[in-house]
Amino acid sequence: MIALARGIGIRLVLAIGLLLAVVVVVFFLIQIAPGDAATYLGIQQGTGDPEFLAQLRADYGLDRPMLVQLMAYIGNVAQLDLGQSTYFNEPVLGLILDRLFATMLLAGTALVFAVVVGVAIGVFTARRPESSASHSVTVISLLGFSTPVFWSGLMFILVFAAKWGILPVGGIEDVRYNGNWFGETVDLLEHLVLPAIYLAIYSRLARASMLEVLESDYIRTARAKGAHERVVVYKHALRNAVIPVVTAAGLQVGNLLSGALLVEFVFAWPGIGRLAVSSIFRSDSPTLLGIMIFSAAMVIVANLLTDLVYRLIDPRIRVGGSR
Amino acid sequence: MTDLGIAIEPTETGGRGAFRMFLRNKPAVLGLIVFAVIVLVTIFGPGLYATSAKKMVAPPFLGPGDDLGPLLGTDYLGRDILAGILTGGRTTLLVAAVAAAFTLTIGLVVGSLAGYFGGWIDTLLMRFTEIFQVMPSLLFALVVIFLLGPGTWNETLAIGLTLWPLAARLARAEFLRLREMEYVKASRAIGCSDLRIMFRTILPNAMPPLLVSATLTVVIAILFHAGLAFLGLVDVNTVSWGSMMGKNRGYALTAWWMVFFPGTAIVITGLSISLIGDGLQDAFNPKLRGR
Repeated sequence: MIALARGIGIRLVLAIGLLLAVVVVVFFLIQIAPGDAATYLGIQQGTGDPEFLAQLRADYGLDRPMLVQLMAYIGNVAQLDLGQSTYFNEPVLGLILDRLFATMLLAGTALVFAVVVGVAIGVFTARRPESSASHSVTVISLLGFSTPVFWSGLMFILVFAAKWGILPVGGIEDVRYNGNWFGETVDLLEHLVLPAIYLAIYSRLARASMLEVLESDYIRTARAKGAHERVVVYKHALRNAVIPVVTAAGLQVGNLLSGALLVEFVFAWPGIGRLAVSSIFRSDSPTLLGIMIFSAAMVIVANLLTDLVYRLIDPRIRVGGSR
Repeated sequence: MTDLGIAIEPTETGGRGAFRMFLRNKPAVLGLIVFAVIVLVTIFGPGLYATSAKKMVAPPFLGPGDDLGPLLGTDYLGRDILAGILTGGRTTLLVAAVAAAFTLTIGLVVGSLAGYFGGWIDTLLMRFTEIFQVMPSLLFALVVIFLLGPGTWNETLAIGLTLWPLAARLARAEFLRLREMEYVKASRAIGCSDLRIMFRTILPNAMPPLLVSATLTVVIAILFHAGLAFLGLVDVNTVSWGSMMGKNRGYALTAWWMVFFPGTAIVITGLSISLIGDGLQDAFNPKLRGR
């Protein structure tokens, strides 16, 4: 137990170091970029007057040595201050937190859906690896891998929302259901179906994992003992086959956020991703960079949790050891 | 050899055996043929189909097969969709290929150094890789483009900078595994330099998984490029499959063909490359067949 605590402690320290490194990388990217905040503000004011720019630099502390600026930046992030949005004139963190729930709802539903359906299909097809169902899973997952999410999203809108009118075109809620608890819940689910459905490409991983487990020695032993096939598959194999799927799902949070960016854009979903894209067009760099750092923190936390869950469900992992 | 009544299948190893395995894989061969056709079409298509992708050639909103209209219809300004797909394919494939090459180069250098030397070099490089892994890749690409400005080169750079950790991890794992092999130890014993061992002894043997990952990287780069172009974050003067969809997005509900055809082009291209990658994986590693 002490060893576990020590392992977690080391992981925590590494995670904080990693976040610090992300902040440093973002900071240096800003330095590399042509022009600084002062030139940009000057352009907005319609002036390139050197005296005015120098005044701006002094006001914002841009004339200080780079290292001092970096320390100040890190200090601000450590105090959860991600800066002030130049478009909304509000703290960036508040803007992100306002939209966090929508993104979590979208990404969370997609992840749960993907893992559950993926494992089910994986188990089903792994039992008959040469069947046509099994081969079609391979082809469909390759197809899913090669399809841009925004395109399938648009096609879903076209077919389900525009042509058949079964599901809403976009947005997170429908004004018609305001105030009605049951209506609101159904409404929310309806809006989730489309965005969540195509983020699901886990079946291939689950199938590969299941195939590998089904070939292992202890499964052969279980079969040799005369255990019922159902017991072998669901009790012995599934529990072990799920481990890599869950791990992969935890490590996919970054990709999920990337996907959510495009999904939110297409479906007008009021989340963090849409805010990031809009910030670019509004030249709102504090918001964009704030979202970058916040997302990296989310990924780091997700990895940390995955690591923890992994240790708990698979005691073979050496605690505190190297990966 | 005396006949024992057991059929022993001759096993071929090396490149030739893998090539033969690949040819026996029907979906993979189909993927290869389709991809070859796509490459030929994007090279010669714009020359043969002499319609500019940027000019208004017909009334806008003409559907595919409409009288007097181009084969795949026109967009909201009356530009030819087919011409756009032919010209846009060039941009898409070129950016994806350069970005993938860039990605694999960084990944290979970082991964091979980490895997071969191990120790503190490995720790340092892998911690460095981790920084790029925790930043959601598309968001990071957006930040790079935002800071450097849109443009084909910056976009290629952004894709390369965000995708390399995957290749680095794979290369590291392969080098880590192979450096313990007897023949690598033998090369070291006869006094080969580290550089020679890395690139002449280990690299050729590490190629199979790297090649498979290269095909995946190309597909991901195509999707990335399409995504960035769709969001309108690329050079506005270039036509690509993604930018066609992005510009026509607002009209998709009334004129499906404007986004359907460019998207289909991406899906077919991506699928054909994925099938090739899948075939390569099976060919190099017969044990994993069908997974």
